[in-house]
Amino acid sequence: MRRYLIRKLIFAIITLLAATMFVFGLSRMAGDPLLLFAKPGGYGMSPERVEQLSQKLGLDKPLVVQYLVWLGRVLTGDFGDTIVSETSVRKLIWERAAPTMQLAVASFILAILMGVPLGVISAVKRGSLSDYVSRTIALVGQAAPIFWVCIMAILLFAVTLDWLPVGTAGPDDVPFWTWAKFKYLVMPAFALGWGPAAALLRLTRSAMLEVLDSEYVTLARAKGTNYNIVIWKHAFRNAILQPLTTSAIVLASFVTGAVVVERIFAWPGVGQLMTDAVWNNDFPTLTSTVLVFTAIFVATNFLADMLYGVLNPVIRYD
Amino acid sequence: MIEVLRRYPVIPALIIALLLFTAVAEQWILPHNPERADLRVRHTPPFWMDHEDASISYFLGTDALGRDILSKIIAGARVTVLVVVAAVGTGIIVGTTVGLVSGFFGGIVDDVVMRIVDAWNILPGLLIILVVVLVLGQGLWTLIGVLAMISWPGAVRLVRAETLSLKSREYVSLARVAGASNTRIMIRHILPGVVNIVIVTATLGTGNIILTEAALSFLGAGIPPPEPSWGRMISEERQYIDAAWWTSLFPGLVIAMVVMSGNFLGDWFRDRVDPTLRQL
Repeated sequence: MRRYLIRKLIFAIITLLAATMFVFGLSRMAGDPLLLFAKPGGYGMSPERVEQLSQKLGLDKPLVVQYLVWLGRVLTGDFGDTIVSETSVRKLIWERAAPTMQLAVASFILAILMGVPLGVISAVKRGSLSDYVSRTIALVGQAAPIFWVCIMAILLFAVTLDWLPVGTAGPDDVPFWTWAKFKYLVMPAFALGWGPAAALLRLTRSAMLEVLDSEYVTLARAKGTNYNIVIWKHAFRNAILQPLTTSAIVLASFVTGAVVVERIFAWPGVGQLMTDAVWNNDFPTLTSTVLVFTAIFVATNFLADMLYGVLNPVIRYD
Repeated sequence: MIEVLRRYPVIPALIIALLLFTAVAEQWILPHNPERADLRVRHTPPFWMDHEDASISYFLGTDALGRDILSKIIAGARVTVLVVVAAVGTGIIVGTTVGLVSGFFGGIVDDVVMRIVDAWNILPGLLIILVVVLVLGQGLWTLIGVLAMISWPGAVRLVRAETLSLKSREYVSLARVAGASNTRIMIRHILPGVVNIVIVTATLGTGNIILTEAALSFLGAGIPPPEPSWGRMISEERQYIDAAWWTSLFPGLVIAMVVMSGNFLGDWFRDRVDPTLRQL
């Protein structure tokens, strides 16, 4: 068990390092970042200023050295300054982390609350109306593009019905559990949570169907055990393992979804920071945000592996 | 009749067939030039709406520049099919080759390949693609390349597993005794055995590729303008959502329908090829 985890951990770290090299290398290929300070065709910079800036940004050294210096700084928590506003990237990411976390946690809870019970119902009442409704929810959730779901939600709940506000994360001076602030969270969380909920629903459903088909469930029913007890105590406990371990991977898929959802709902999170950095060719911000997202992604995958190892003693570690 | 619909994915197959037909026959069935703007008819609602400008000529209405929505969707079909087929095709060819070689030779090659595939799977694909597109610039070939990049690892794992089981079969040993070279065994004796699994992976992966392409186009990193694109149609018209809902609704509906059909067909293929993989 320990060897398995250590191996997974080392692997996760190597992957992360490879990702940083890849992203760093690419972002330097994007062109000379110094040119961003000089408007093309407009007024240029004096040679002294160019010199001074490249020294400040470390652009006069070889690429490998730049990478190592950058990596060393990143590991100590220093992400450098943004190109656009010359403020600390770490501060920016830190400011934006809370809204993204709120959104991700809300969607995660929603995905589980929607996916798991609907999956169980749909398996238990196979072929019924609720089964068809649940499966339709899953099918649409897996097929509809997330940005389109966001826009349709805005059209329905903000424009037509005028129930929910849109455009920010709400007022800053009230805590998020109050309705005044919480109502801003409802639509983004649903939009982000639907796809993962659909995946969880399908997994729960097929796991439940498999368990309900097994002999010990038949035996429990033959003994005359209450059907609800059979479903929740005998079947559900065994069926939930796989969906539960997969839910960590589901959480990781929020990383990509959050980028789109934050963009549309003008949600002031890290995803928006990232897309802004793409448009501005702001490589310190871009590399840092991609790195943060990748680290979260790799970490959740590692957690999923760990959870799987703990919950399922049958798997072999070598 | 209902029995047939239950047993075979007739409707998804029809939708995919319609998509392919549209992509091929584009120039003959376009009602309007999808790129010609005409501000006099901007934001015309779909024909069934109770509105003075609504006409059968602009079947699904027009966008902010007065371009016909239906024509743009039809024109977008060709680009989407082109991009997706090229990307999935490249990904499948690369993935199958790598999986075949990796499974057949085993050893250190296999170890290295599988670690790369694992690493690839735990990276956030869309973010990496965004960075790549930013660096290389937006273009059709770049897009096909990056989409192929995220579609190849899926095939590797399955093809490798299948190869591992096939290579220990007797007919492979016999072929070796008969003097067949490694290359010949792989191509003539193992490849035909993995074709099924490859088709299943390709079909199941298509939906995901279409969604990724649409998301990239929406973010402005997908199909480059002026080439029509479903994802960009939605992104361009997003600001008019309160005035002209049809401009965003229909392209998204088309994407969702195509992806759903692809997933349906993929599930169906999988159950036929290998009923043990069935998700009840």
